Amino acid sequence: MSLLALEKVEVHYGGIRAVKGIDLVVGQGELVCLIGANGAGKTTTLRAITGLAHAGGRIVYDGEDIAGAKPHEIARKGIALVPEGRGVFPQLTIEENLAMGAYTRGDRAAVAGDVERVFTLFPRLKERMRQTAGTMSGGEQQMLAIGRALMSRPRLLLLDEPSMGLAPIMVDRIFEVIRQIAGEGVTMLLVEQNARLALEASRRAYVLESGLVTLSGEASALLHDPQVRQAYLGE
Amino acid sequence: MGTLDRVRADPRLKWAGVALIAVALLALPFVLAMAGTAWVRITNLAILFVLLSLGLNIVVGFAGLLDLGYIAFYAVGAYVYALLASPHFGLHLPWWAILPIGAAVACTFGVILGAPTLRLRGDYLAIVTLGFGEIIRIFLNNLSEPFNLTNGPKGIATIDPIHVLGVDFSSATRIGDYALTGTMKYYYFLLAVLLVVIVVNLRLQDSRIGRAWEAIREDEMAARSMGIDTVRMKLLAFAMGASFGGVAGGMFSAIQGFISPESFILTESVMVLSMVVLGGMGNIWGVVLGAVLLSFVPEILRYTVEPAQRMLFGRSLIDPEVIRMLLFGLAMVVMMLFRPAGLLPSAVRKRELSTGRDDGDGA
Repeated sequence: MSLLALEKVEVHYGGIRAVKGIDLVVGQGELVCLIGANGAGKTTTLRAITGLAHAGGRIVYDGEDIAGAKPHEIARKGIALVPEGRGVFPQLTIEENLAMGAYTRGDRAAVAGDVERVFTLFPRLKERMRQTAGTMSGGEQQMLAIGRALMSRPRLLLLDEPSMGLAPIMVDRIFEVIRQIAGEGVTMLLVEQNARLALEASRRAYVLESGLVTLSGEASALLHDPQVRQAYLGE
Repeated sequence: MGTLDRVRADPRLKWAGVALIAVALLALPFVLAMAGTAWVRITNLAILFVLLSLGLNIVVGFAGLLDLGYIAFYAVGAYVYALLASPHFGLHLPWWAILPIGAAVACTFGVILGAPTLRLRGDYLAIVTLGFGEIIRIFLNNLSEPFNLTNGPKGIATIDPIHVLGVDFSSATRIGDYALTGTMKYYYFLLAVLLVVIVVNLRLQDSRIGRAWEAIREDEMAARSMGIDTVRMKLLAFAMGASFGGVAGGMFSAIQGFISPESFILTESVMVLSMVVLGGMGNIWGVVLGAVLLSFVPEILRYTVEPAQRMLFGRSLIDPEVIRMLLFGLAMVVMMLFRPAGLLPSAVRKRELSTGRDDGDGA
């Protein structure tokens, strides 16, 4: 049973078609990645799913077509986005940022429990809980952005370039956590330019080129696909 | 701050402090009346400006939407009161009916301004709101033709004062040996309204709505991804800010008994915004302080500048009206240099300036 299914999804920016009719499926509990070069339409695809970009075609989430729904409605249905460039609230503290993540929830006790869970996942955030997000390093902000997204208890977590601009050691740490979250059964769609890391972490993958899906399949198979190796793994 | 925190921590000391402030506020008009009735009137106007600043603070301080035409809502509230309680149309509705109507009409205008500007931020929003403020004023100036709605630049006179339980607020009441002047009665009335407005503001700031505004101010896109309906929340900020402005306008009408478009010029919008910025955007007590200071300092200067010149130079060199604004402007510049986040900055603004980050929304 798929949690998310994109059917012939198209996105136009003005006269330009950034996404030209793609089909993509994310099963319940799966970690799927979407790789491709700059400008291939990866971020746009996520924007379409979250309602931030107007999309044509069908976006079926949990049996319901959500194409055309408002971003806040989609967020309330359990889709959380960790945006490109992290998008933390820079002047709010770690604690306040996490509280914002739980905005749609009313169950205070459970929210407090989830804050603890995020702190166990990222002990670094606990050390800095009263510090403002803008003063932290990129990697810490990325941790916070992921933690904040988890605070909504998402059924589907969308990650946009979590490794972008981070030190290699931080990238490893972030991917460790992504694996851990996936292990807990959270369904994830991961968009990455770092194809190797993404393919190693995922079960299935899609390759996006100029707004079209050119390849898809088991991530392990794509890792050994000569075309992928040449174009995205630098071999 | 150490002593103040200790006082806050002890509930007995805290309530004693509150009681002290309450007594001081209740006794204030009698003390001021000794210096002259004018000072009580100035205090009343100051409270109106506090109300306006608190309303604008919702839009600018909480939601981060720069509004340069805020006085328009004050004007709308004032004209609603004037039209419904004056011989102009021969209507004489009671104040408790008109103030909510005024708030509702101003609220509608808030949404009318808010809806088309939802996509705008910073400078662009400022320009549109500035235009909106001017449009309202120009309409008020010209809507005497073909149908005489506003009586044009001549304004509306003999507006009904407020009556509470048969007590007329426009004239003095004798209580034993003391005469309670109309101005003093309005002072207590305004004080009561102010108390309600402050409580509403404090509750708002701590509510889910307040948090949503905070998120929008910080990063609108991220706020949407958190499940916040940014369109509704921004409209709500405009609507609530406008409603408070409308109530203040209604009371202005009742107190003055006469209004004309001249009272609602751009300078007034700028003044209210200065009060919010000087006091500390987003901090309710800061905004109150800013409004009180900017209302009183120019008046104090009005009465002190000329005697000071006479004392120093033997004669009056510069017209007090000129030097008053000069000193006022100087004070603003100095303030912004030394306390850019305002007198009592909100926690978030303080961080913003100390980290020296520019998140570029310009608001």
